[in-house]
Amino acid sequence: MINVTVRKRRGDFALEASFELAAPGVVALFGRSGCGKTTLIELIAGLTRADQGRIEVDGHVLVDTDAGVHVPAERRRIGYVFQEARLFPHLSVAGNLRYALSRAKAPPFIGWDQVIGLLDLGKLLARGPRQLSGGERQRVAIGRALLSQPRLLLLDEPLASLDAARREEVLPYLEQLRDALALPMVYVSHQFEEILRLATHVVLLQDGRTVAQGDIGAMSLDARVRRIVGPDAVGAVVDGEVAATPGAAHPDAAGDLRCVRVGRGELSVPAPDLRPGARVRVQLLARDVIVSTEAPRGLSVRNALPGVVVSVTADEAASDLIGIDVGGVIVLARITSAATRDLGLAPGTPVWALVKSVSLRGHAFQAPARVPR
Amino acid sequence: MIWLSPSERDALALSLGIALRSVAASLPFAVALAWLLTRRRFPGRTLLDALVHLPLVLPPVVVGYLLLLTFGARGPLGAALARCCGIELVFTRAGAALATAVMSFPLLVRTVRLSLENVDRGLEDAARTLGAGPVDRFASVTLPLILPGVLAGAVTAFSAALGEFGAVITFVSNIPGETRTLPLALYTALQSPGGEAEAARLATLSIALGLAGLLVSEGLARWMRRRFER
Repeated sequence: MINVTVRKRRGDFALEASFELAAPGVVALFGRSGCGKTTLIELIAGLTRADQGRIEVDGHVLVDTDAGVHVPAERRRIGYVFQEARLFPHLSVAGNLRYALSRAKAPPFIGWDQVIGLLDLGKLLARGPRQLSGGERQRVAIGRALLSQPRLLLLDEPLASLDAARREEVLPYLEQLRDALALPMVYVSHQFEEILRLATHVVLLQDGRTVAQGDIGAMSLDARVRRIVGPDAVGAVVDGEVAATPGAAHPDAAGDLRCVRVGRGELSVPAPDLRPGARVRVQLLARDVIVSTEAPRGLSVRNALPGVVVSVTADEAASDLIGIDVGGVIVLARITSAATRDLGLAPGTPVWALVKSVSLRGHAFQAPARVPR
Repeated sequence: MIWLSPSERDALALSLGIALRSVAASLPFAVALAWLLTRRRFPGRTLLDALVHLPLVLPPVVVGYLLLLTFGARGPLGAALARCCGIELVFTRAGAALATAVMSFPLLVRTVRLSLENVDRGLEDAARTLGAGPVDRFASVTLPLILPGVLAGAVTAFSAALGEFGAVITFVSNIPGETRTLPLALYTALQSPGGEAEAARLATLSIALGLAGLLVSEGLARWMRRRFER
């Protein structure tokens, strides 16, 4: 669907990036500020010209420097949501949306009503951009990009200029878009929390180079990703499914708790909105996971996953990161090096990974289906 | 207007008409040139910039003289214009409009340029990603955003055009009913015995017109500032 290989030099900075997304979904471009994320999506959008390379979206070649192909930005059909919304100040919200719709280069497959509904813009239509809150402005910007009927939607840290509360207000809309539209998206962020909620695929950028890519589960274990997210946010991300019946391990899964099948194991996760069969994504923060060499008894902890140690890595000062295979899924636990020694942990040691249900949060997650366009 | 004599009224109407024609004719060129100077890098850009601003620092008589050389009956352009389109510029209103246009052109270009520099280029990029080509982008985003600035510039240039003296009198002379604009009428009144009262009336009129123009222009500039705040 998306295939990008580009080179671009800008003064001292050199970008050399290459990534692809095979299925529809959300690719997150992840990396520290200044690593070239914005330059990379400007190249994809056509706002910047690549020195060398090839960009293909949905079977259309947009850039091929060897063949002299460079489709101008206005004919690429790539939606772009900027960090600062960039709504036209001389037009109302409705005017901004109509601007995109009237210039759409394809018959509308995303309709006016659908966009208004998905992003809840009905009440904002008559207002001017200055009369909107930061979160509202970003919603309008997303709606405007969608109405241009794009093949691909680029989002450049759309939540970065918002405070935590506003961010939390916009995120559900983005999740909804991902699940409802089957539109491939490239999401730029240096916040792993946002990526965890939205992405299917993560591309790690470092100093202008794409150094690693993979699905979010694998990338959450990557040492280079761990260094960027910081010790407190390190943790395995696992995708699971809400079980139809409470499993053997969690016969009590009722009320707000759901039994989630993860690999061959089960987790009890607070996810009141999710029905059986729903796909759910859970992050198990390494600092919240306890390692036991015996079956736990008399503990309040709800989740005890039997597994085998697969890796022991020295982490921060005086602590180790233990990788545990709990039935086809790896989880990470951060424990002190002293505890590693005392328990004699080494690859192959059978252990239980313990995690409190209350420290987990389940996010609804649907891998979108391919819709012909 | 009752207190103005017929000849004074003529001068006023003539001035307004000439100023209007001069601004209307030069505005598109000023916008195009301002766009070129802010958005494009090309060899000779600095020289072009200096040439546009030259009338600001030259004695107006020099501008009038240069116009006479170029557009006079035997001047290279003047002769060509007369032959192909029957346009006579020397001693005519059209010539007066040309002289005032050249003199007020730098003012116009400067204001348009200033507002162009204030336009957030990011908005033009946003328009691009929404499918707007270069002409569409200019018409639908850039122009509406600079419109208050363009209008403010036009009003200032109009006011300046009403008062242009040196270039007009040098290029098209001082013909009652044809090229005798307000400042020329004022000058003539001062030269004639007993013309003091007329001179005072015309001076008052000029002051009032100039003041009104500046006020309108300032109002437009404020509107523009509000427009760019986000």
